[in-house]
Amino acid sequence: MLGTGLLQGLRVTARNLLGSFHDPKRFVTTQYPEERTKLPEAYRNFPFLVSESAEDPMGTLRCVACQICEKECPPQCIYIEKSRDKKPDANGKMQIYPAVFDIDTSVCMSCQICVEVCPFDAIEMDQVFELAATNRFEGLLLDRHALAKPNSYFHGIHPTEAAAVDARLAAARRASEEKARAAAAAKAAPKPAPADPAKAPAAPGAEAPRPSPPGP
Amino acid sequence: MSVSGFPAATPAPGPTVRSVRDELHGDLLEVSMGPHHPSTHGVFRMVATLDGETVTRLKPVFGYLHRNHEKIGENTTYLSSMPYTDRLDYLCSMTNNWAYALAVERLSGQAVPERAEYLRVILAELTRLLNHTCLAGFLLQDSGASGTPLMYAFREREKILDLFESLSGSRMMCNFQRFGGCRTDATPAWLGAAGALADGYGRFLDEFEELLTGNEILMARTQGVGRLPAALAVSAGVTGPVLRASGVDYDLRKVDGYGAYPRFAFRVPLGAHGDVYDRYMVRVLEMRESIGILREALRTIPDGPVMDPKAKIRGFRAKPGEVYSRIEGPKGEIGFYLISEGGPNPYRYRVRPPSLINLTILEDLCLGHTIADTVVILGSIDIVLGEVDR
Amino acid sequence: METAEEIRDRILARFPGAAVAVVANPGPGAQHSLLLGAAQAAEIARFLRDDPGLRLDFCSNVTGVDWLDREVAEAARPAAPDPAGAPAKGAEAKATRLQPGFLEVVYHLYSVALKHGPVVLRLRTGNRKDEVTLPSLTPIWRSCEFQEREVFDLFGVTFAGHPDLRRILMWDEFKDHPMRKDYVEPDDYEWEPTPHGDLLPKARRHYPAAAKEAPAP
Repeated sequence: MLGTGLLQGLRVTARNLLGSFHDPKRFVTTQYPEERTKLPEAYRNFPFLVSESAEDPMGTLRCVACQICEKECPPQCIYIEKSRDKKPDANGKMQIYPAVFDIDTSVCMSCQICVEVCPFDAIEMDQVFELAATNRFEGLLLDRHALAKPNSYFHGIHPTEAAAVDARLAAARRASEEKARAAAAAKAAPKPAPADPAKAPAAPGAEAPRPSPPGP
Repeated sequence: MSVSGFPAATPAPGPTVRSVRDELHGDLLEVSMGPHHPSTHGVFRMVATLDGETVTRLKPVFGYLHRNHEKIGENTTYLSSMPYTDRLDYLCSMTNNWAYALAVERLSGQAVPERAEYLRVILAELTRLLNHTCLAGFLLQDSGASGTPLMYAFREREKILDLFESLSGSRMMCNFQRFGGCRTDATPAWLGAAGALADGYGRFLDEFEELLTGNEILMARTQGVGRLPAALAVSAGVTGPVLRASGVDYDLRKVDGYGAYPRFAFRVPLGAHGDVYDRYMVRVLEMRESIGILREALRTIPDGPVMDPKAKIRGFRAKPGEVYSRIEGPKGEIGFYLISEGGPNPYRYRVRPPSLINLTILEDLCLGHTIADTVVILGSIDIVLGEVDR
Repeated sequence: METAEEIRDRILARFPGAAVAVVANPGPGAQHSLLLGAAQAAEIARFLRDDPGLRLDFCSNVTGVDWLDREVAEAARPAAPDPAGAPAKGAEAKATRLQPGFLEVVYHLYSVALKHGPVVLRLRTGNRKDEVTLPSLTPIWRSCEFQEREVFDLFGVTFAGHPDLRRILMWDEFKDHPMRKDYVEPDDYEWEPTPHGDLLPKARRHYPAAAKEAPAP
């Protein structure tokens, strides 16, 4: 009979309409902003800078202003200026830090390449999308104060990744401490007695019983 | 430099309607459909010359989304071009990524581990499902079934987009493939969710087909409309479901056998008439085959690394040479032609856009049909302006 | 499928004295191409399409490439310079000569009937300024229609015999050819909210007179 296809279709729509009153699979709208969908852990939107502590965000930034992320960023939205002095970082080592670190979020496409290339795990992806500003130019330009967030925040939004990063950094710190200890032990070793003047004096490190372990 | 009789300067965009006096045919009406038009799939313009309601000439005009992606490719490193490939055919970012990664891997002789090949096939088939679902929804939307099939299609698409989001971090702009594998590995939980989706997708397709395939209005509007002869299709470089709906058996997954595809058994649906209905049905059947490939790949995906340990992420340089490499994207053959001079940027970076080349036959298909049919025909060719214009 | 050398030999057998040369492709890709002279390119293309052994009925991709003038070392090079531009091996660069630039159009051909390919054709213009006409292969493969229009639009190569040669991506009144290597963008063609580096002086030229200072460099 002509029209059976139409009637069949109407049956499908009726099923969906009536089903939407009791079956969550048929009614899938999230009433935002009263309800929010749970974002998956991997969701990414705009980067942020990781600080080790929340109390002193600028002093404990992991970033050492190496500018690799600035070079690799495809739309060139990162702007970095190195500092002229050095400050001790979270491990006590003297590092330069970024005096200026701006990300233009109106240009950033959240591609995550800056995160992939950072050798210091200093920049990670955030999950903020409610960033409406009243000014199209300065409002969307985030400086390092707006970008710096503590490591605890990173654990909150990306727990697996943050745990892996912490483990990696702790392992690197242990390895460098090992190296420092071995070098100190070698330095403290007694110097050799003045030998044949024809022989060139050997460097103290070469007298160590074992070569230093390779770096991380 | 117009050689044909078409006016050299195309008329201003907007809903202009002009009367063009032509001795033999009486008044011909020149209608500019687009670039702001809900049914042209993006900023796309068709300048149609009508005799009453019949199309006597149709010229597509595009370039409104031209971003000179190829020049950006010349000025950026190989890695940094990957997020830009997401934005070519913005519905199918995983396959665009794969096509580019494959071209760079062929250029540099980079090997890809097994697990990555399987994961790429899984993501490509999910993308094919995404794309064909979207097309079916939009074809019906453009025909006037205002909203319902579209929303059903998108409700199902959301599940695939959620999968992409939990794997790569982003629904559409995935930036997931790298030269030598994939960026991150898929967890067993993710593979399980993908399997559940593949199992449920067949039921969705059944309901969708129940809604649409036997629908008399759809059949009346699409059967016999926009017939594409096979010889013209091949000569015009048409690829993808549009070519196969005209009966030509040419699917790059079978012909080139790239990636892990030779390991999966699947059929290639072919159309008999080459009209809009065939193009729609070929896509529905391809979706069913994709579900089969998906389930097989999810079942047999091997363990191992998902990225070649020797592959370089930063500072990647290809050896001097050139390569043209192509894959079967959901819209057709997407190819990348790269010329390398050994530097960090390619010397020439070219995207072969299936949507643009499929548009070659738009005028041929629309001639003699009414203007309402042009919308349906354009919808069946499946274009995305990000790819047409780059 | 036959190798590039075999195809060249068959073309020379069919069209004696035609300008055909094989251009080797270094690197793992190994897609060697055939460089055709402009005079007989259309006939040779028709032969490649209709030959029963090749049946190259599908032109997949048409690309334009811009090669600027470059210095090459004087060494014993074959007539066709290497397009990948790898420097001559072992050249001491004692004598360099200026190799004039040209525009190149590369065609990738496949066969749907016999399911093989690619065969790569290259056509080169005389130079980049006034000798920029090449024969159009659109009468042979319809897929070249839009792609040759794009090469015309973005590179400036004129295709003789093209049924409808006009700009395709840029608007009709646009001047200049954006994909050329020496194309200079206008300063303010793309507004940058936070210019820095070498964009900053360009952007500054277009700031209104009494504007506040740009973000400090």
